[in-house]
Amino acid sequence: MKKNLSHKEIMAIERVKMPEQDPQQRSRNFQEVNLGLSKQQAMREAQRCLQCKSQPCVDGCPVRVRIPEFLEAIAEDNLPLAAHILLKDNTLPAVCGRVCPQEDQCEVLCVRSAKSGPVAVGHLERYVADWAMQNPDKLLKQDRPEPSGKTVAVVGSGPAGLTMAGELAHMGHQVTVFEALHETGGVLRYGIPEFRLPKNIVDAEVERLERLGVTIECNVIVGKTLTLEDLTRQFDAVFIGNGAGLPMMLNIEGENLKGVFSANEYLTRVNLMGAWRNDLPTPIIQGRRVVVIGGGNTAMDAVRTARRLGAERAIILYRRSEEEMPARVEEIKHAKEEGIEFILLAAPLEILGDDKGWVAGLRCQRMKLGEPDDSGRRRPQPIEGDTFLLEADVVVNAIGTRPNPLLTATAGNLKLSPKGNIATDENCATNIPGVFAGGDIVRGGATVILAMGDGKKAAAAIDNYLRKSS
Amino acid sequence: MFEVLENDTLAPNVQRLVVRAPRIAKARKPGQFVIVHPEKGGERIPLTIADADPEEGTITLFVQAVGASTLKITGTPPGSPLLDIAGPLGKETDIENWGRVVCVGGGVGTAVLYPQAKALADAGNEVTTIIGGRSAPFIILANELGRFSREVLITTEDGSLGRQGFVTNALQELIDDPQRCPQAIFAVGPVPMMRAICELSRPYGIKTIVSLNPIMIDGTGMCGGCRVKIAGETKFACVDGPEFDGHQVDFDLLMDRLTMYREQEARLVEDLPESLKSKITKVKR
Ligand SMILES: Cc1cc2nc3c(=O)[nH]c(=O)nc-3n(C[C@H](O)[C@H](O)[C@H](O)COP(=O)(O)OP(=O)(O)OC[C@H]3O[C@@H](n4cnc5c(N)ncnc54)[C@H](O)[C@@H]3O)c2cc1C
Ligand SMILES: Cc1cc2nc3c(=O)[nH]c(=O)nc-3n(C[C@H](O)[C@H](O)[C@H](O)COP(=O)(O)OP(=O)(O)OC[C@H]3O[C@@H](n4cnc5c(N)ncnc54)[C@H](O)[C@@H]3O)c2cc1C
Ligand code: SF4
Ligand code: SF4
Ligand code: FES
Repeated sequence: MKKNLSHKEIMAIERVKMPEQDPQQRSRNFQEVNLGLSKQQAMREAQRCLQCKSQPCVDGCPVRVRIPEFLEAIAEDNLPLAAHILLKDNTLPAVCGRVCPQEDQCEVLCVRSAKSGPVAVGHLERYVADWAMQNPDKLLKQDRPEPSGKTVAVVGSGPAGLTMAGELAHMGHQVTVFEALHETGGVLRYGIPEFRLPKNIVDAEVERLERLGVTIECNVIVGKTLTLEDLTRQFDAVFIGNGAGLPMMLNIEGENLKGVFSANEYLTRVNLMGAWRNDLPTPIIQGRRVVVIGGGNTAMDAVRTARRLGAERAIILYRRSEEEMPARVEEIKHAKEEGIEFILLAAPLEILGDDKGWVAGLRCQRMKLGEPDDSGRRRPQPIEGDTFLLEADVVVNAIGTRPNPLLTATAGNLKLSPKGNIATDENCATNIPGVFAGGDIVRGGATVILAMGDGKKAAAAIDNYLRKSS
Repeated sequence: MFEVLENDTLAPNVQRLVVRAPRIAKARKPGQFVIVHPEKGGERIPLTIADADPEEGTITLFVQAVGASTLKITGTPPGSPLLDIAGPLGKETDIENWGRVVCVGGGVGTAVLYPQAKALADAGNEVTTIIGGRSAPFIILANELGRFSREVLITTEDGSLGRQGFVTNALQELIDDPQRCPQAIFAVGPVPMMRAICELSRPYGIKTIVSLNPIMIDGTGMCGGCRVKIAGETKFACVDGPEFDGHQVDFDLLMDRLTMYREQEARLVEDLPESLKSKITKVKR
């Protein structure tokens, strides 16, 4: 089909628009916002790919998905082949197709960006992954590897750990994943809400890994239930992907009032514990006016969740301007469409309470932008004397996370950075032979695809290590 | 899945459960707790590990049904599983040889106290135990604690067992007696009881350790929901505690935060069949 299109015709195709649930409607339900492409849309979008010889897009992908190849297969209506390519390169394609910041990764490097917009790689990835999930009987057989007889322990079932497990299983190693919570997925499960990443998608990706022979054990807290030393003794190699799950506190007056949450608690109650559903017992406070402090993906998820739980006013309070917001552009756009209010260049000074110990509001400081800081973003500075009051009955702090010391505190001589992250070399190796680490525990709060990139890199390094040591 | 092997009644609405959890049984230290997620979609409930048998691979829990989720746990018959149990969590009790210690348990807190008291006795301390409850049937573990305690003092509010009054009366008596005045006090029970003990011991400068029970979710330091204020500083009870120096604890804040979901909890209980409602103990806080 594609073969019949001239270059001019290809260039004339406009970038597809992802069909979305109506904003009014979706701001009151937890169903997925993005509805997915139709077959026609997907094929047409895939045809936009110019099949560049140099493949710039692939360089932008941390797990190096063979983008032009799987796009070509879509354009040729060969979804089994597209799925085969994608699943080989990417352990969690249905997840990446939804939450990967593709606009900063593969798509930003697409040669079509300049004129009519990059090829919608992320949307197409989702399309193929969803098709694969719905058509397991049509998938091409992946080669079953020779069992290597080697065992690997993985700590944490977030994107880093799951990718690691999938890659190593493909290489024939016997992998056991230990997860602290009662469910798998890490932030994919407890952080990112249902309306962006339905949990049955996470379930399906995890089930696929289990079918590959990966063993998953939940309720095991490494550092408490088992120690790192137990693992190094019992397994031939260990990968640590325990994330950055320790909420930073605001350290301002009123932070412990009832109705003040860390984003981790707020989102965990709603997502992992199902507080959004009427049929489950976990409670949550449904504020009428909810203020979320921060400007990242976490803040957007929290504020959009608050809206769906019924908040009349759901407000983002961010100390810089929209330009500096770390959240994905799509999330900010979706939030605005759903009626989220943005109060920018303002920071909380104090959380105010009522006489019953509940949050009543915030006293805020107006800010202006000064010189750029280390991160290159312009540093916010208070405008002397310019403060204001904001009413609120729920406040969610989404200012960031730090590495959780639960594991590392009991890991003896494991080398850490000054901030408490695990120190690794460029192959994800720690200072302890046979112990590797990646994802947020090494990088600090980053992204799903960077964690997965680490998982894939570390898998290659572990494979190498295991073969050398045998 | 974690199979319940035994489940018997210790006091009205307090059950003793022996559960198979080999890794936890092996790793656990006195003062630590587990989080039980009884069934799919249920809440995560923190419970102290009262005892463990590493050989048998079992842990013992003492559970008081105070709401819908604890009722679910106490109602699990032998042979049936609890879906998820994670642990051991929290810091272990800082066991020192203090010399003379008094261990004070109120209600189901007595169960939480039990492993601490035992460890303190094992470490060579002379342990005196005070157990308090509203009436005789609520006094639990007196015999068990008696095995290693120099004396066990019982107080009940209605005088149906031991002497009538509160645990603080008994403690005051001990403090007033130079032969029995403790070097350290361990107190576990309802928040008002722990606060009263701390107020009593403060003027004497007797080290008083309490075990705090804020609302928790993960128990690993990830959510910050369990935050308490100790000496003016915010701490996460699940990883920095649950035991703290009682003279530094902001009890007002703890009490207040425990009421956060009162309305929702009441609604859950409202929805239970009448036959189950009676099994729930109304706790004072
Ligand atoms: C609300 C929110 C929204 C986000 N949105 C996006 C987005 O749209 N796009 C994007 O790319 N990124 C997003 N991110 C960031 C992204 O989710 C993380 O960078 C990524 O999940 C990190 O992966 P990880 O595998 O390193 O760790 P995690 O996902 O944090 O997983 C770590 C796992 O290890 C477990 N664990 C921790 N300690 C132990 C232990 N001692 N023993 C056993 N298990 C342990 C944890 O329970 C967890 O399951 C978001 C983050 C949040 C919080
Ligand atoms: C470290 C620790 C050790 C504990 N050990 C024991 C024990 O050995 N035996 C025992 O019977 N109880 C123990 N508790 C208390 C027990 O966890 C609560 O009684 C239980 O969670 C109540 O849940 P519910 O849903 O049945 O009741 P609900 O009706 O939900 O709540 C009743 C009250 O219990 C408290 N509560 C509710 N949810 C939680 C939660 N997730 N975590 C903590 N408190 C909560 C609140 O104050 C609430 O008002 C312990 C608590 C902690 C923090
Ligand atoms: S995983 Fe992310 S970066 Fe890689 S191809 Fe897919 S959308 Fe692009
Ligand atoms: S850069 Fe764009 S057009 Fe070129 S191969 Fe990659 S996706 Fe296709
Ligand atoms: S229970 Fe979540 S941090 Fe303590």
